[in-house]
Amino acid sequence: MEIMNVDYSTRIPNNVGLTEDARVLKALETWHPGYLDWWRDMGPEGFQESLVYLRTAVSVDPKGWAKFDYVRMPEYRWGILLAPAEANRKVPFGQHYGEPAWQEVPGEHRAMLRRLVVIQGDTEPASVEQQRHLGKTAPSLYDMRNLFQVNVEEGRHLWAMVYLLQKYFGRDGREESEGLLSRRSGSTDKPRMLGAFNEETPDWLSFFMFTFFTDRDGKMQLESLAQSGFDPLSRTCRFMLTEEAHHMFVGETGIGRTIQRTCEAMQAAGVPDPNDIERVRKLGVIDLPTIQKKLNLHYSLSLDLFGSEVSTNAANAFNAGLKGRFQETKIEDDHRLENSTYPVLKFVDGKIKRVDEPALTALNMRLRDDYTGDCGKGVERWNKIIEKTGVQARLELPHVAFHRQIGEFRDIHATPHGELLDAASWQKRKDEFLPSKADGDFIAALMKPVSELGKFAGWISPPKVGIDNKPGDFEYVKIAA
Amino acid sequence: MADVQRRLSNGAQRIDFAADPARYRHWKLKFDGDVATLLMDVDEKGGLFEGYDLKLNSYDLGVDIELADALTRLRFEHPEVKVLILRSGKPRVFCAGANIRMLASSTHADKVNFCKFTNETRNSIEDASENSNRPTICVVTGACAGGGYELALAADHIILTDDGSSTVALPELPLLAVLPGTGGLTRVTDKRKVRRDHADVFCTTEEGIKGKRAVEWRLVDEVVPNSKLEDVVKTRAREFAKKSNRPADLKGIALTPLQRKFAADSVEYGSVAVSFDRKARIATVILRGPKSPPPATAADMTSQGAEFWPLKLARELDDAVLDIRANELDIAVIVFKSEGEGEQVLAYDKFLDTNRDHWLAREIRLLWKRVLKRIDLTSRSLVAIVEPGSCFAGTLAEIVLAADRSYMLIGKRDGGNRPPAAIALADINFGAYPMPNGLSRLQSRFLGEAPALDAARKVIGTMLDAVTAEKLGLVTFAYDDIDWDDEIRIFLEERASFSPDSLTGMEANLRFGGPETMESKIFARLTAWQNWIFQRPNSVGEEGALRRYGTGQKPVFDTKRV
Repeated sequence: MEIMNVDYSTRIPNNVGLTEDARVLKALETWHPGYLDWWRDMGPEGFQESLVYLRTAVSVDPKGWAKFDYVRMPEYRWGILLAPAEANRKVPFGQHYGEPAWQEVPGEHRAMLRRLVVIQGDTEPASVEQQRHLGKTAPSLYDMRNLFQVNVEEGRHLWAMVYLLQKYFGRDGREESEGLLSRRSGSTDKPRMLGAFNEETPDWLSFFMFTFFTDRDGKMQLESLAQSGFDPLSRTCRFMLTEEAHHMFVGETGIGRTIQRTCEAMQAAGVPDPNDIERVRKLGVIDLPTIQKKLNLHYSLSLDLFGSEVSTNAANAFNAGLKGRFQETKIEDDHRLENSTYPVLKFVDGKIKRVDEPALTALNMRLRDDYTGDCGKGVERWNKIIEKTGVQARLELPHVAFHRQIGEFRDIHATPHGELLDAASWQKRKDEFLPSKADGDFIAALMKPVSELGKFAGWISPPKVGIDNKPGDFEYVKIAA
Repeated sequence: MADVQRRLSNGAQRIDFAADPARYRHWKLKFDGDVATLLMDVDEKGGLFEGYDLKLNSYDLGVDIELADALTRLRFEHPEVKVLILRSGKPRVFCAGANIRMLASSTHADKVNFCKFTNETRNSIEDASENSNRPTICVVTGACAGGGYELALAADHIILTDDGSSTVALPELPLLAVLPGTGGLTRVTDKRKVRRDHADVFCTTEEGIKGKRAVEWRLVDEVVPNSKLEDVVKTRAREFAKKSNRPADLKGIALTPLQRKFAADSVEYGSVAVSFDRKARIATVILRGPKSPPPATAADMTSQGAEFWPLKLARELDDAVLDIRANELDIAVIVFKSEGEGEQVLAYDKFLDTNRDHWLAREIRLLWKRVLKRIDLTSRSLVAIVEPGSCFAGTLAEIVLAADRSYMLIGKRDGGNRPPAAIALADINFGAYPMPNGLSRLQSRFLGEAPALDAARKVIGTMLDAVTAEKLGLVTFAYDDIDWDDEIRIFLEERASFSPDSLTGMEANLRFGGPETMESKIFARLTAWQNWIFQRPNSVGEEGALRRYGTGQKPVFDTKRV
């Protein structure tokens, strides 16, 4: 079965033959009103009636899947979209390596698989909740539209996970689907499952950092789930990845444009020293050291999302054929990892050391290394922007031991360069490394909404090209009065 | 699996069961009036043996030794406490249970001793509620799995936070191919009275059960949102404290450190002396009677504190038994002897009986009850040798009754000037010290002989010579001086020649005749089922689940059902 086009004949657009699957269609239709209630309560605040120029998937063909048009967000056509099935796909790793990929859930892996789907699913609505206030301070209609695009697509990713739960996990799956709507980011009583998704996204720089760093963790997780021997999960994640790319584009260009504006303002005003924070800030732009601190915060929070460096759960999921490595099929090895090792940074006898661990248990570390490599490329592109303006400064990723809550380094303090600190020195110096309250207040003060056509807030440059190749003064959001 | 002895991480040669709150690594005790809070905050690097980290509040024997110490201290040092709150000192995890890597690398004997001691500690939590009117409330925040949930099960009331992710679980079967080894299954059915099919689902669901369903299935008593948790904990603590009939304003005594001298073949305590004949595989434990009569008043007892003879002896005997269990695995037989005046022992028993409503007297008797149970549950042949100059009377007569066999000398030793051996019973032998099966040792002894029990009751307070004691059925054999040495030598040599495993099995079967209690079931099932599974390749074989845990590789099972 190779369905490219999306079926809009049901209330839930899909390419999975929902019309013939009455049970799942009914389950999803039952879940749908609760989802809409959640979106109204927790989705973008104040813009539900606005017409937003959004892309909607019409086909899962890599070339032509998106169609742009104005839509009110609650009327967005969320749906179930899987990447095309690959003929004769095999389980690409683990103990079942080479066996035909599963089209149904294998009983012995049911609990583990459900947990993977629920954890992934929980992050999707969480970020919408974290970002719901940002519309009010958007630096332009262009950015506002990008925020909403990210939000509706996170919503769709929730649908994608809920479809798997409803179709393959019976009553438990239906209960978990309800749970995904009842937890709330930052709530004391029903927090989201992962720490970083309970943090606030207080301003637009945080939003860009989040989409660059945290959504990139999402990308890595989706990449490894896209390798899954459970074919429906693989196909779901492959399609989600095409959407996730846009989120990272928003993050990378958002930070890039912020940097661009800062450096240009510094040059224009003749402020050569990036560390002359006071003078830079007077220009109404965000100084590079503060951007570095934001970067430190978001990168370290995102590293925590990969879990412990040495992890039995990751080993089990790999061995079971449920969660692979980044670009598994392109790696040249036995894809079983029973006898190989992988170097892991650990805290041994008071020192940070590289230790060889069984490769199976070191999978989180490996995925995190791939992630770090991916982040590093983005940081280099930002450095190119700085370089081109002639400002003498560089941004960099902090050391992995810096500011960690999970894994090997959670009990120690280290500088962004990986030098160990005692608790007292950390307390004294942490504002050098992480955004302080004063930094947050300064950024917050800059967050004044700009909604005139073609205009941008003073702290950020316009993009080079518009969405869907629209001109600079295009009305990306028709704000409802 | 290779049964290689492991190395203690502190470099010591013996596992030490004495703990000192000032040096706790895993627990914190806090007091707020009549409410105590015991926080479990396991030091990851504080494992008893080398080779594993105690992640996620998982525990090993070392963690449990501190717990047992804290529970005992609460009873003696803090009698003002009316309710104990047990909770985690770590965010997002209550307790992940026994440390798996520790279990996987443990010798069989270490596993068995660990589970047994842990069970005894759990039972003492329930004993404090039942007999000292000091209930326990367990507050579960975060994951509570395996031994963690078993710990919670020992409490009177379990509060689970309803945060969408905190769960209770017994994942041993699906995760490790073993059983919840510290009473989990039995407490789920017998104490919590969870329906058996629900229990089946619960015990095969690795991730456990959370929220409302956990209450509906009786796995916990209530679920509470995070935001209301602290208020509910306070309210429940008040409610439970109100129900307790413990008097207010009690002042505790200090459990001063045990005075012990370890030598190559002996341990000297003061009231207890242990010597090892390792070649013959015999440990001899000598219990010394009181040197002076009991104090006049309960207040005097309190001021004697930890030096009060019955308390001192109980603590030392407990430590000696634990030391032999854990550190002297080749010892086949424990020979109990005593030195002192039987009348003096009876005088102390009478004192304790007269003051039985005094909190300290009560706690001392309860401690003796637990120590005697510990002896019942010790998998060595237990022998009491009643000789001239011994003082097996009252409480100490329980040792004779706990023994698998007892031998008593008729008359005087040739050339000796000590008075002939005598034993005596006291009221205390007829119910104050029940065994795990709920019966007194005398009741257990005379299951089918009601007249024998009556006859024993008639001689309360009388010093009985060997012939009378044998006739009353209180000792196994009475021998005179001519046969004594040979009979005892031959018996001990024979005992040491039998298979240790079959002896353990036989003795446990014979010791606990009569009815079952939840407690006796817990130990019996640990011994029968868990220790069977602990020997099977499906758990401990090279490809078994326990050995493969953490590698990511799936266990390979022998699929034949036995």
